[in-house]
Amino acid sequence: MGLNIMTVLDSFALRELVAGLGVTLKYMFKPKITIQYPEQRTPLSPRFRGEHVLRRHDNGTERCVACKLCEAVCPAQAIYIEIDPGSTASQRLTRVYDIDMAKCIYCGYCQEACPVDAIVMGPNFEFYSETRRGLIYDKAKLLANGDRWGKQVDANLAANAKYR
Amino acid sequence: MAEFLEYMHGMGTDLLGPVWPLAWTVIKIAVLLAPVMFCVTYLTLAERRIIGFMQIRIGPNRVGPFGLLQPIADAVKLFVKETLIPEKADKVVFLLAPIITLGAALTAWAVIPFSPELILADINVGLLYVLAISSLGVYGLLMSGWASNSRYAFLGSLRSAAQMVSYEVSMGFTLIPVIMLSGSLSLKDVVAAQSGMWFVIPLFPMFVIYFISVVAETNRAPFDLPEAEAELVSGFATEYSAMSYGMFFLGEYANMLLVSTLGVLMFLGGWLPPVSWLGFIPGIIWFLIKLGVLLFAFLWIRATFPRYRYDQLMRLGWKVFLPFSLFWIFLTGTIIHLVGAV
Repeated sequence: MGLNIMTVLDSFALRELVAGLGVTLKYMFKPKITIQYPEQRTPLSPRFRGEHVLRRHDNGTERCVACKLCEAVCPAQAIYIEIDPGSTASQRLTRVYDIDMAKCIYCGYCQEACPVDAIVMGPNFEFYSETRRGLIYDKAKLLANGDRWGKQVDANLAANAKYR
Repeated sequence: MAEFLEYMHGMGTDLLGPVWPLAWTVIKIAVLLAPVMFCVTYLTLAERRIIGFMQIRIGPNRVGPFGLLQPIADAVKLFVKETLIPEKADKVVFLLAPIITLGAALTAWAVIPFSPELILADINVGLLYVLAISSLGVYGLLMSGWASNSRYAFLGSLRSAAQMVSYEVSMGFTLIPVIMLSGSLSLKDVVAAQSGMWFVIPLFPMFVIYFISVVAETNRAPFDLPEAEAELVSGFATEYSAMSYGMFFLGEYANMLLVSTLGVLMFLGGWLPPVSWLGFIPGIIWFLIKLGVLLFAFLWIRATFPRYRYDQLMRLGWKVFLPFSLFWIFLTGTIIHLVGAV
C-alpha cells in the first residue's frame, strides 16, 4: 500500500473539508429562493393545467356539442356525458356533464380532443372539497368555473393559439 | 450575592425547618436547568433556521416573529401526542431508557462553571465527573434498543453504543494534554490556567480532534449512523413516540450543549476574554459567545458533510484519532519535561 506523503498531509490538514465548509458558509449569505406561498406566488404558464372550466359562446349559449370525444379520450375515465334528448341537428346540447376530480389526472387530453374549445383546463389550482361527492363536478359547477375564470382562460388560449 | 444567598438560606431554615435543604436543592437544580433547557429548545430552532439558510431556504418563520415560538409549538405537539408502547416491549426498560439518556445529559451540568462565581458544585475532579456521567448516556441507548423488541432499534442501539464507546476514548485522550498543561482536573482551575494563552493555540490539533470526536459522540451528522434513516428508519428511537421520543431528542441536544461547553472550558478559555483590555465585558458574555460559535460549528458541519460509512467511522476513531492523540500526549509530556514544570 503506497501512501503518498503529500496525500496524507493534505487529508490531515482537512483541506477539502474546510473548502466544503466555505461553500456552505457562502451560501448562508446568498439571497433565499423560497417563495412564501400564500403571499408570494410562482408565475403560471398559459399552458398550466388546473381545474376544468366549461366555456360559453359570447352570446351565452354553451359551446359543448356533446360529441363525447373528451369522454372517450379521458385515460382516467373521469368524464361522464349524457346528450340532451331535445337536441336538434343544428344544436346539440348535453344533459349531464360530470367530471370526477378525484379521478382526473390533469393530463389535458380532454382539452386537446375538444373540437369547439368548450372544455378547457383553467389556471386555478386552489380548490378543495371536504367530501368525495363535492369532488364530482356537474355541469353547473363547470359552467360557473367558466364564468369565473373566463377572462384568464381566454387570454391563455389566445397566447397559445399560434402553437396549436 | 453571597449575602443574599445567606439571607435566603436563613429565611428558608426558619420557614420550612428540616424540609428546607431538600427544597433548596430543588431550587438550585431548577435555576441551573431552566436556562439549559431553554437553550436546548432554541437550539432546535437555530438548527432548522441555520441549515435552511445554508441550503438557501428560509426555514420555519411562521410561528411567532422569526419563528421564535416554533419550539414551543413543537413541545406542545410532543406533549399532547400519545405515547405508544410496542406490545412485546419491556415496558419498564422501554420507558426508563429516555429518562436515563436525558438524565445523564442534564446531571453533568452540576459541575460546569459559567464564570468564577457561577458554579453549582465546585468539586476538584469536575472533568472526571463530566466524563463519567456523559458515558452513562450510552446505557439509555442500549436499553432503548433492547427493550423496543424491534430489529431497527436493536441494530441502531448497537451501532450507537459502539460508536459512543469508540469515540469516548479519543475524546478522553484529547483532554489529557489539557490536564497535563493545567495540572488540575477542576474545571475552574483549567480555565484559570488559560489566562496567559488559551489551550486551543498550543493544542490546536487536539481541539480539532476533540471537536470531531464529540460530533461522533453525540451521534450528530455526519456521524449520525445510529439513525441512518435509509437503513434503520430512525435507529434506537424507531419505536418511540410523543414525549418519550422528545426526551431522546432533548437528550441529544443537551449533550451537544454539554460537549460544546466542555470544549469552551477546556480549549477556548471559558469566561476569559481573548485580550485583557476587553475584560470590561462580563465573563458570562464571553462564555456564551464561544458556546454559540461551537454550536454553530455543529450545525454548520451537519449542513455540509454527507454521512460517513460505518467502517470508515470506526477506522477514523481507532486508527487515526487514537494514535494521533496518544502521540500528542507523548509530545506534550516531552515538552513539559524539557521546558520544566508549567
